[in-house]
Amino acid sequence: MSWITARRRHPAAGIAIIALVLLLMGAGYAVVTNGGTATAAPPAASNAAQIAQGRSLFEESCSSCHGNFAQGTSQAPTLIGVGAAAVDFQVSTGRMPGQEQTAENVRGPAHFSQAQIAALAAYIQSIGGGPPVPSAAQVNPAAGSYGPGQQLFVANCAACHNFVGAGGALTYGKSAPALTASTPRQIYEAMLTGPEAMPVFNDLTITPQEKRNIIAYVTQVRSQSNPGGFSLGRVGPVTEGLVAFLGLLLFLVLAALWITAKHGKAHE
Amino acid sequence: MSNSNPSGDSGDTAWQEYLTGGSRGAHGQSAGHQADPSASASTSSGEPEGPSAPRRVIGTPSPATSRTMLPQAGHHGPQRPPRELPPGPEDPIKAKKAERIVATLFILAFLAGLGFIASYEIFGAGSLTKVLRSNLALGGTLSLSLLALAAGATIWVRNVMPTVELTEQRHLLASDPKDKEEFKETWEEGTDASQFVKRPILRRTLIAATIPLGVAPIILLRDTGPLPGKSLEHTVWRNGLRLLVYGTNRPITPAEFASPGSIISVVPEGFQNDDDALAKAATVIIKFRPGQMVFTTENHPVPNKVVENWTVENIVAYSKICTHVGCPAALYEQTTHHILCPCHQSTFDAAQGARVLFGPATRPLPQLPIGVDSQGFLIATGDFPVPVGPSYWERS
Amino acid sequence: MSIDRALAGTGTWLDDRLHGARGFRWLLRKVFPDHWSFLLGEVVLYSFIILLLTGTLLTFWFQPSMTSVIYHGSYVPLRGVRMSEAYASTLNISFDVRGGLLIRQIHHWAADLFMAGIFAHMIRIFFTGAYRKPREINWLIGITLLTLGLFEGLFGYSLPDDLLSGAGLRILEGVTQSFPIVGTYLAYFLFGGPFPGHVIIPRLYIIHVLLVPALLLALITAHLFLMFYQKHTQMPGKGRTNQNVVGAPAFPYFAAKTGAFFFFVFAVLTIAATFVQINPIWLYGPYNPVAMSAGSQPDFYMGVLEGALRVMPAWQWVFFGHTFAFNVFVPALLPLGIVFGGAALWPFLEQWITGDKREHHLNDRPRNAPTRTAIGISVITFYGILWAEGANDIIAVHLDIPLYWTTWGARVGIFVGPAIAYWLTKRICLGLQRKDNHLIEHGVESGIIRQMPGGEFIEETRPVDDDKLAVLLSRAQVPALPSAETGKPEVPPSGMRGGLGRVRERWYKVLTEAAPLPTPHNGHGDGHGNGHAVEGNGHDRPAIGSGTSAHDEDQH
Repeated sequence: MSWITARRRHPAAGIAIIALVLLLMGAGYAVVTNGGTATAAPPAASNAAQIAQGRSLFEESCSSCHGNFAQGTSQAPTLIGVGAAAVDFQVSTGRMPGQEQTAENVRGPAHFSQAQIAALAAYIQSIGGGPPVPSAAQVNPAAGSYGPGQQLFVANCAACHNFVGAGGALTYGKSAPALTASTPRQIYEAMLTGPEAMPVFNDLTITPQEKRNIIAYVTQVRSQSNPGGFSLGRVGPVTEGLVAFLGLLLFLVLAALWITAKHGKAHE
Repeated sequence: MSNSNPSGDSGDTAWQEYLTGGSRGAHGQSAGHQADPSASASTSSGEPEGPSAPRRVIGTPSPATSRTMLPQAGHHGPQRPPRELPPGPEDPIKAKKAERIVATLFILAFLAGLGFIASYEIFGAGSLTKVLRSNLALGGTLSLSLLALAAGATIWVRNVMPTVELTEQRHLLASDPKDKEEFKETWEEGTDASQFVKRPILRRTLIAATIPLGVAPIILLRDTGPLPGKSLEHTVWRNGLRLLVYGTNRPITPAEFASPGSIISVVPEGFQNDDDALAKAATVIIKFRPGQMVFTTENHPVPNKVVENWTVENIVAYSKICTHVGCPAALYEQTTHHILCPCHQSTFDAAQGARVLFGPATRPLPQLPIGVDSQGFLIATGDFPVPVGPSYWERS
Repeated sequence: MSIDRALAGTGTWLDDRLHGARGFRWLLRKVFPDHWSFLLGEVVLYSFIILLLTGTLLTFWFQPSMTSVIYHGSYVPLRGVRMSEAYASTLNISFDVRGGLLIRQIHHWAADLFMAGIFAHMIRIFFTGAYRKPREINWLIGITLLTLGLFEGLFGYSLPDDLLSGAGLRILEGVTQSFPIVGTYLAYFLFGGPFPGHVIIPRLYIIHVLLVPALLLALITAHLFLMFYQKHTQMPGKGRTNQNVVGAPAFPYFAAKTGAFFFFVFAVLTIAATFVQINPIWLYGPYNPVAMSAGSQPDFYMGVLEGALRVMPAWQWVFFGHTFAFNVFVPALLPLGIVFGGAALWPFLEQWITGDKREHHLNDRPRNAPTRTAIGISVITFYGILWAEGANDIIAVHLDIPLYWTTWGARVGIFVGPAIAYWLTKRICLGLQRKDNHLIEHGVESGIIRQMPGGEFIEETRPVDDDKLAVLLSRAQVPALPSAETGKPEVPPSGMRGGLGRVRERWYKVLTEAAPLPTPHNGHGDGHGNGHAVEGNGHDRPAIGSGTSAHDEDQH
């Protein structure tokens, strides 16, 4: 019998085992989280309570598709390394928790409060790292310029989202959503994390200032008034053509009917 | 051909018969091209019962200008023809009411027109909000003025003017054979006198003389543009040219462009503001995860494969110019790695050499060979191996 | 009274020099028939006049130049941005010239209405058969006007050099380039070199403000003159024959009505320009060849070409070092070639098939030409499906249809749709004809029920009133083909010989297929027929009134 087996019924044996497991877990945890590339410290340094709340929320609402350790399943991708930014984006836009397995998840009312979202984000950040939630200053549109933002937007974004972010079609039933309801933070996060089919534009490819320019463009153009009248959705000549036929021509046909109508008494 | 009635619809008379049960009488077409003689009389009994408004037949030109109507003996002459339009409306009270409505509308139009002139002064241009207000004011007043004019004029015609229905006869468009014969004779006299037909040397040399002059204006169009030559086969990309991110004009390293699923538009250094160059040289770079792309180890394009030597750390570069008709194709779906051109939905698979999956494009997007320079920035290591953009006749 | 004297004085002065009294009197008293659909052409005419007026104003501020400038005008978001002078001057018109945006929008709406009106007018002409002799020339002029209008609009909205229209020019270049043999030369000559070059905007400008408007003006004048000279067609009705025109005189009636309609057209365009934004180029941004937007479409009248480009499968043929880019030049040329070419040939084809060389001044009711109407509807279906495909990505995203399904749907639809439309329309027309026959033969149901002595209940009918009866009876009798006329059946006449003659005979049967003519009945229908026969074709009916015509199956 070896030394350790002989002491298996020692009163301190249980404590020793727990201590050993904790040590191993802690070490493993430290190894796994070493890959984080956060360039800025996450806001309100995720404390343990927030992470714990996040974990319980995760286990309730997310683990059935994303796996108990966020490792991903056949139904949903892994969340290791996606970062708080991705979680904040997906959950605050109501896309997550995903309700059904459709071609894509669409924006809707958020299912969690802001505090809960922060907790979830902190949890995912803590287990896998990834881009953190950007600060308000980082996404402030007032610190961006419309002109350069428009140039970047039409070269990289408009092909999916249309000139002014009115949305566009993708393949197999997916679509790039309209950007009318997106907050500056959500726009930043979407560029940073590339949700679903959207590609990734990290902070080294499109710098934070350039992202602010894009955010300035998107937020300003959507709130810009339409001096020419009702905008018809800013979709382009298709709706204009419909108005020409169904509006203008129809009105003129009615006018023509009036002008050429026979009087009641002049003819039977 | 018994049924080739040149001037009318023989069905007309048949239907007339149908109406009255077949006893229309001498209503058929008279010989030649005269119109129905009974219909040309002003108040012929052959006319069906008319509406309450007076109906008269008009259009009895003098014999010299028309052969279509049998001239009414004694009808045309120095005496004044009978009045054909009533001088006033049938119901004066209704007409007076209508007159008031019309006058109101015209006054409204007048005021709106003044409003337009005033708006021009009051509402200036110079900012988005100003233009919005100005457009509403100018457009609103102008619309009102025009609409009121239109409505007023319509009510005037319908309710103030007396209701009238007149009938005018048509004349056959084909000319009298006598006239045609005279024309032919006059023409032939002319051609005979000109000697054009009789002297073939004159004729042919004249035609020859005019041909170069006719072609000359087309010749003058030659310098509207250069000949394409081989220029469609190349872009400005060369070995060593850095890839600059479009819009920011910064060069980029693989370490920066490191997130899988990224795409960005790049342009060749030195040509950022050269639209002619960019129209062919615009390029996209895409970052893949290891193992996603299907590689070939050849040093030249192989169908459905990515040339591995032309990639850097799983970053591949493709022409942005769609091979269908040239729109920049940068709609990229990270999850399916499809590049979709938004113009006509040509779809390319970026992991397999940008091969065409759907849509009207026939050729894959050409792959640009890239590498890194001494400072680590991404550069092109040559031009595209094939012409970029839409197909053309000389492209093999 | 002094106005009268002034007018008389002026009139005399002019008449002394122009000999105008008789001619102008003819004009004054010229009769114009009245029908609402006759005003569709006026929609086009007045839109054109408004285009000329607003367009001239725009030329006072627009700079047709591709020189690069930095913008410093009133549209703040784009200050400091590099753009062409053309784009900058359009921003200037929109934001710095008072009324400039209104004029721009009226101009663009008028262009859309011009084209919409042409389509509506052309469709009316086709379905009423108003293109028949003697109006074939006007029909051809009309098709030319339509084609010119397409180009005029395309070039016009490309002038501001914005991102959307610039993408359209890129597509124009790619399409031109694809033409076999001459494509690259044409493209380089048009653009003065590789795309985009520096000359395309000034060149399009002069074509748009001078060359095409001059052609349009000349052709419209010819079109109107022919219509005046040949007199307008009229709708069938009481007292209206093929030899007369019934209506109100030009002066003052038609002049007033057409004047009123001009103001309506102008008003409608101004209302649209006030309340509905069109072509907001400041949102699209200046053109650059690296950028692209989802949902990029040309103006609606180019939509068919756009749809054709999207629907075409990826077919090309590389043969001995040369590429036949079928995927590009086939959709660019074939659908419109079929539709416009077919339309141009149609009057002559119809005349050849039916042998009908008479003048036609009475319009057909569409139901009385079932095959023609069916062909028209099926062409419209073909055109319409391609049109919808041109907007397929917008349809996909707003109606939640997967993108590729729209294209596959259109690929199948352009063949299946017209076939179904043809069959359906024909059946509807024949049914309407039978309904008309029923009205003619049996009269209108009066709602009064009477019991006969034998106990049977019948509903009394009264005859259709005269006006309506005239319309119902307006079905023109189609002349029989020459083969029945020569009296020597063993020697067919020249038009009917050989393979072509047999084709002609077969097409004649199809083209003249119609419900049988009603049997003559006097008075109030008693609901009984003269026997039964299989419904045949119009051309082998005996003459009306002979008493032996076959009668339709369903009597009641």
